[in-house]
Amino acid sequence: MYDAPASEQKVTQNTTKIAAHKVQVFYGDTHAIKDVDVQIEDKTVTAFIGPSGCGKSTFLRCLNRMNDTIDICRVEGDILLDGEDIYDAKVDPVQLRAKVGMVFQKPNPFPKSIYDNIAYGPRIHGLAKNKADLDEIVEKSLRRGAIWDEVKDRLHAPGTGLSGGQQQRLCIARAVATEPEVLLMDEPCSALDPIATGQVEELIDELRENYSVVIVTHSMQQAARVSQKTAFFHLGNLVEYGETGQIFTNPVDKRTESYITGRIG
Amino acid sequence: MTDAATNPGAATPRKSSLLTLDDRTRRRNASEARFKAYGITAIAVALFFLIVLLFSILRSGLPAYTTTVADVEFTVTQAQYEEAESQLFKTKAYEQLFIAQLQDQLTESGMQVEFDAAAIERIMGKVGGNIREFYQANPDQLGQPVSFELSSSSRVDGYYKGRVTREGLQESRFLQLSDLDLVDALAEAGIIRQAFNWNFITGADSGVDNPGGAGIGASVVGSFFMMLVVLFLALPIGVAASIYLEEFAPKNRWTDLIEVNISNLAAVPSIVFGILGLAVFIQFMHLPQSAPLVGGLVLTLMTLPTIIISTRASLKAVPPSIRDAALGVGASKMQAVFHHVLPLAMPGILTGTIIGLAQALGETAPLLLIGMVGFVARGYPDGIAAGFVDPNSAMPAQIYTWAARADVAFYEKAWGGIIILLLFLMTMNIIAIILRRRFERRW
Ligand SMILES: Nc1ncnc2c1ncn2[C@@H]1O[C@H](COP(=O)(O)OP(=O)(O)O)[C@@H](O)[C@H]1O
Ligand SMILES: [Mg+2]
Repeated sequence: MYDAPASEQKVTQNTTKIAAHKVQVFYGDTHAIKDVDVQIEDKTVTAFIGPSGCGKSTFLRCLNRMNDTIDICRVEGDILLDGEDIYDAKVDPVQLRAKVGMVFQKPNPFPKSIYDNIAYGPRIHGLAKNKADLDEIVEKSLRRGAIWDEVKDRLHAPGTGLSGGQQQRLCIARAVATEPEVLLMDEPCSALDPIATGQVEELIDELRENYSVVIVTHSMQQAARVSQKTAFFHLGNLVEYGETGQIFTNPVDKRTESYITGRIG
Repeated sequence: MTDAATNPGAATPRKSSLLTLDDRTRRRNASEARFKAYGITAIAVALFFLIVLLFSILRSGLPAYTTTVADVEFTVTQAQYEEAESQLFKTKAYEQLFIAQLQDQLTESGMQVEFDAAAIERIMGKVGGNIREFYQANPDQLGQPVSFELSSSSRVDGYYKGRVTREGLQESRFLQLSDLDLVDALAEAGIIRQAFNWNFITGADSGVDNPGGAGIGASVVGSFFMMLVVLFLALPIGVAASIYLEEFAPKNRWTDLIEVNISNLAAVPSIVFGILGLAVFIQFMHLPQSAPLVGGLVLTLMTLPTIIISTRASLKAVPPSIRDAALGVGASKMQAVFHHVLPLAMPGILTGTIIGLAQALGETAPLLLIGMVGFVARGYPDGIAAGFVDPNSAMPAQIYTWAARADVAFYEKAWGGIIILLLFLMTMNIIAIILRRRFERRW
């Protein structure tokens, strides 16, 4: 699918999964995200692009409250997941993160077996009633992660012994094992070679069937290949947000145009 | 940079050959070789001192593991027993029997030595009493040959170990020159010989006048109970404190202050902890003096900073991406720490703990202050609970006490004790290595 031009990609109208309203993020005194309003759709791949340091990761990490782990980080504004404010005092971030899974820039499998990598999430969330259940979840997740065939014979070998691309797909499989509704990916391919990148991109496209996927990428080609919606960030502002085809062929904002034509970077 | 110097301008053809070293490379290689030489020298010097140390420890300490004993085969008949029991000085009577038979045995081996009861007492102690006690306890042995192993006096022992020489001997009521002739004769007849000194390993401390009877066993037990206290207090407290400080505590002025203080505590001299223990645990809380429990508490205070510092370092060394991964699949902070971070930090934590324990095991000064001095270790505690609260000493304090005693025979005991202490330390280090390997392989 990733050789299809962006403009030809099928655009469907989906319901809003995540709605952010006037989000501000501060790291101490640094104002990293300014007034961001965005509606992320269900069963859609949304790409965040922009020059490095513009706040893509910061905003992504707001969506599952991973920013809570940074002491100096402060988030203002509302972020609604299915209409519920995820920064509400009553929300336990642990419960939120089971619904909003995350894949990181650098593949970070647990230093455990492949099986345990996948089984860990379902175990702590009590998703499997017995061993057979768990085995099934592991197999299903590894299949969704498009890595089952490569690892089915060595489920009990260390996950850290896989190649970089395999590790990243393992991490994606681990993220989907907890049955999330949203999958956040922070530059999931930046540590991978082109072939592994291709595999992961294909996988992302398949994941769209079941999840709302948000992917941060510094590669505009990648955004064009995998996403239906694109958000362009610049210096902490959300400059432009729209259909991927439109952003890449007919950007409204001058800055977006400069960026995609290579003048800001 | 090097290229620029030797090969300016890309257009000019290469002037220097790869087959000859240029000056800069030669200088660089020379300095590298010099650095390696320094390193090797440093290691050689360290090894040399280590070998000297080990050699002198073994040379001075090994004699503590042998002792001089007199093996005498000896028979007392029923009639002799009854006659001896009917006399006024009963032990004297047994001694006479013993001397008579010893004389016979010597003559049999073809030796003519004159000796009296006093000489025998100087060499083997009060044999008469020992023999009487034996036959009173085992009357069925009367009439049969019985082999007695009598330990010889520490001066005779010293004669074999070179502490006592014929030339340097000052005749006294403890040993006379003629006794040495008798000792030589007895040795030639195979009656006096060297034996392994089990008592040194299993025994307790003896009085200042009996170096031969001194053993380190009781204080090993004291050390063991202290280490139990340290392990079961310092490890959980230290690890819990480190996990809290490292993973949960907010970073603010208070935690900074705590951090600085922990680092400072690690550098506080151990005697300060000793006097603190004396004031708090004994004078204020009225815990028993000289008890391994108190020693363990004091050493726990001393070990905690070491454990906390090394545990925090190994927690810090766990890559943050592992925490992110766990939080990312919806683990709580505590699950992330206990399921993922802690297992990875385990080898470091164990190493730190065992180093802390080893430090505590070798600590003397604080023990002296709370009364765990060597002469307290006069026997084994009778039970687990008593092991914690009964007065006892510990290995290093026992060694210190021996080294400080006037009789040179104790000096050898001190060195012998050091060998035992080092064996324990080595065992602990080996355990640390094994545990580290195991946990690392399990990743
Ligand atoms: N942990 C942090 N502490 C302080 N400042 C941070 C932290 N993480 C990011 N920032 C700042 O926030 C801004 C946005 O960073 P980030 O979201 O990582 O950008 P991007 O992912 O788009 O490259 C940058 O200016 C960066 O310096
Ligand atoms: Mg980033």
